Amino acid sequence: MSARLQVVIWAALLVALGIGLSIYKSINLGFPLFPGEYRTVWTVEARVSFKARGEPVRVSLALPRDQVPMHILEESFSGTGYGFQQETRNNQDRAIWSRRDARGPQSLFYKLSVYRADENGLDKTPLTMPAVVRKPDFGSIQQESMRLAAESIIARAHQLSADKDTLVRQLLKLLNDANNPDAIILRADYEDRSPVDLMVDMLALADIPAHSVRGIFLEHNRRQLQPQEMLEAYIDGDWIMVDPVTGHVGMPDNFFVWQRGGVSLVDVTGGSQSQVTFSVIANDISARTVALQQGKVETVALLDFSIYSLPIEQQSVFKLILLVPIGALMVILFRVFIGIRTSGTFMPVLLALAFLQTQLLTGLVIFLLVLAVGLAVRSYLSRLNLLLVARIAAVVVVVVIIMATISVISYKLHIEQALTVVFFPMIILAWTIERMSILWEEDGAREAMIQIAGSLLVASAAYFMMTNRYIEHWSFNFPELMFAVLGVILLLGQYSGYRLSELIRFRDIQDTMR
Amino acid sequence: MSWLISPWALAQHGILGMNGRNINYIARYNRRDRYPLVDNKLLTKKAALKAGITVPELIAAVDSPAGINRLMQAIDNHEEFVLKPVRGSGGKGIVVIERRDGDLFVKASGNTMTAEDIRRHVGDILSGLYSLGGKPDAVMVEERVHFDPVLFDYSYEGVPDLRIIVFRGFPVMAMLRCATHSSGGRANLHQGAIGVGIDLCTGLSLNAVQKGALVTVHPDTGHAFSNLKIPNWDTMLDLAARCYEVTGLGYLGCDIVLDQRYGPMILELNARPGLTIQVTNGTGILPRLRCIEELLERDENACEWGAHRRVMFSKDHFGRLA
Repeated sequence: MSARLQVVIWAALLVALGIGLSIYKSINLGFPLFPGEYRTVWTVEARVSFKARGEPVRVSLALPRDQVPMHILEESFSGTGYGFQQETRNNQDRAIWSRRDARGPQSLFYKLSVYRADENGLDKTPLTMPAVVRKPDFGSIQQESMRLAAESIIARAHQLSADKDTLVRQLLKLLNDANNPDAIILRADYEDRSPVDLMVDMLALADIPAHSVRGIFLEHNRRQLQPQEMLEAYIDGDWIMVDPVTGHVGMPDNFFVWQRGGVSLVDVTGGSQSQVTFSVIANDISARTVALQQGKVETVALLDFSIYSLPIEQQSVFKLILLVPIGALMVILFRVFIGIRTSGTFMPVLLALAFLQTQLLTGLVIFLLVLAVGLAVRSYLSRLNLLLVARIAAVVVVVVIIMATISVISYKLHIEQALTVVFFPMIILAWTIERMSILWEEDGAREAMIQIAGSLLVASAAYFMMTNRYIEHWSFNFPELMFAVLGVILLLGQYSGYRLSELIRFRDIQDTMR
Repeated sequence: MSWLISPWALAQHGILGMNGRNINYIARYNRRDRYPLVDNKLLTKKAALKAGITVPELIAAVDSPAGINRLMQAIDNHEEFVLKPVRGSGGKGIVVIERRDGDLFVKASGNTMTAEDIRRHVGDILSGLYSLGGKPDAVMVEERVHFDPVLFDYSYEGVPDLRIIVFRGFPVMAMLRCATHSSGGRANLHQGAIGVGIDLCTGLSLNAVQKGALVTVHPDTGHAFSNLKIPNWDTMLDLAARCYEVTGLGYLGCDIVLDQRYGPMILELNARPGLTIQVTNGTGILPRLRCIEELLERDENACEWGAHRRVMFSKDHFGRLA
């Protein structure tokens, strides 16, 4: 296989790999393709408070599950001095706090953060609640009036409806009717229970399976939030959520289901006056952070063994390093396609990295200043008959002194930007000065100027590429694109056509043709 | 005429570009392990001598600061000599001493150096100031070339040398490089030396080019290039063709000087010869390179041809009259 073909195959594989991995990350792991995508993440805190009586305490709190469209990112539990475990009973997750001996007011916390995921991205697993009807017992003499009222109201709803769906709505409407005498009787009897319990019982009498749903509305900055009860009825093979007050069908926006079925939200043994309150805070977090946290929860290998597993500080270093290939790509473009001469092949990349810290204009000014002073000093040093290593070391020291001087003077003059001079790589500066000075002596000032200008041009172009917010975003969030860059570089390495500079250099070739 | 030429027009003229040269010729025909042979002038010299090719005589070679004293002793009884970095490029770091003036060494340009200056310069070379990538280097001192007076009028303050491009053993293009005042006595085209294309068949001059522009006379000597004819031309072509066997490099630039006493000799070899030679010849090099490639593909025996037969082929095919 010819080298050319091999390169093309490798390049194609690398580009496909880079782009494929990035697309996977974007679609399946929810990494934002473009910068500046934000998701709202709600932090919900459930606080269980009660008064302990100095006996063994056991608190059991119903826990929410991952649901459509709300995704749980993180959960945490706290309760000082309490043992903690989680258990699942009757298809219901519960947190159990326990303690041998406690007295006085107690607070236990459960915190979780959730965000609304893309609904299309999630598969809707159907609810697996048992669709059984548990009819209330109105058998006793005292409940004779209840039974009659219930029968009457169901018959009325039946009359006013055509199918199960409309039956449920009519029944809720009648039960909520403040003037309906039957409804008044029923509501009076259910005074100590929730209106949803009444509806569940009435629906049971009408042979429609139903249960109550507890949940909270996710709204920004809510404290002392009480859980809301909704009704979920089994109609034509589907669980439909109905607002018990308005009769509105379907899950309301931002409703976060905490618990299904009529089991208690919290059970406390060994304490009294137990209460659960919720507070909600909304944060706008970049979509990337959300995707990362989600990835951590599900331990996606692509993320677990990536730079995101590094500490934040190292990540920010990597953010810079990941831009180097972009700079290298620019150098190739400028040298191979345009034919610009630079001093040192990849010196412009290092220069561009320094510009990232200093800003372009400040960087250019500082660089030229250091270079000019350095060259002047170097030209004197060359008359002192020093060994090369000593001479370069001397230039390094001079560069440091120039940098310190620039910093101090600019600080006194309140030009804060010039303080960023420290970001210039000193050794590179010293070598550039040395090379330029040799070039100046050997090939003349013109060649030296051309190479300095070329280096600065390439460095500026690399700087503009590196600071482009899209490129910055992609290089850090999709480091896999590095493979694609590698592939492109391999391809560019095959370019055997003319450079732009040659089109200019040989422009008069016709005149010289023999 | 515009400020640039279309790439198609350039291709039509058969002009070889930098990228094409690097990928299609240097990378393809020059084996990496052969590079040291040409990049290291000391090795070139040894290999050439072994093959019976004339080179300037070596006076001394030093590869560490400890040897500087030995080098100073060696040059002490030489009136004239040339000091070179062993792995230098583009003529950088080369010092030509023409004569002595008391304790002073007089350079070809007329400037003088003290013994201390020479020691410092040797130290610079050893530290790698003039070598590619700044790697530590060695220094060699060799005899100064006395170039043939025939060429005297075509060079100023420096030795004119012939660059012959040899492709897979066949000379394909040649030019004479003449030092000028603005090139500082060096035969380096980038620094303002004049390149004069030489007809492969006859050794007669073609175009003369300085800094990309056509010239007719040498700016310092006022001599017209049109009368130029290289003496010993066939010997030179033969010498260049034989360098292929010495180095094994398929795309090679041979730098040859014509010495008054010893005749043509190889000064150095170059694995990355430049492209300006095409302008001085007024023709692109690509058709010639393709011609050789086709010949070697068509006729397997051609690979076995001796230097003389290869030179004959080149003269037949690439001369102006061809």
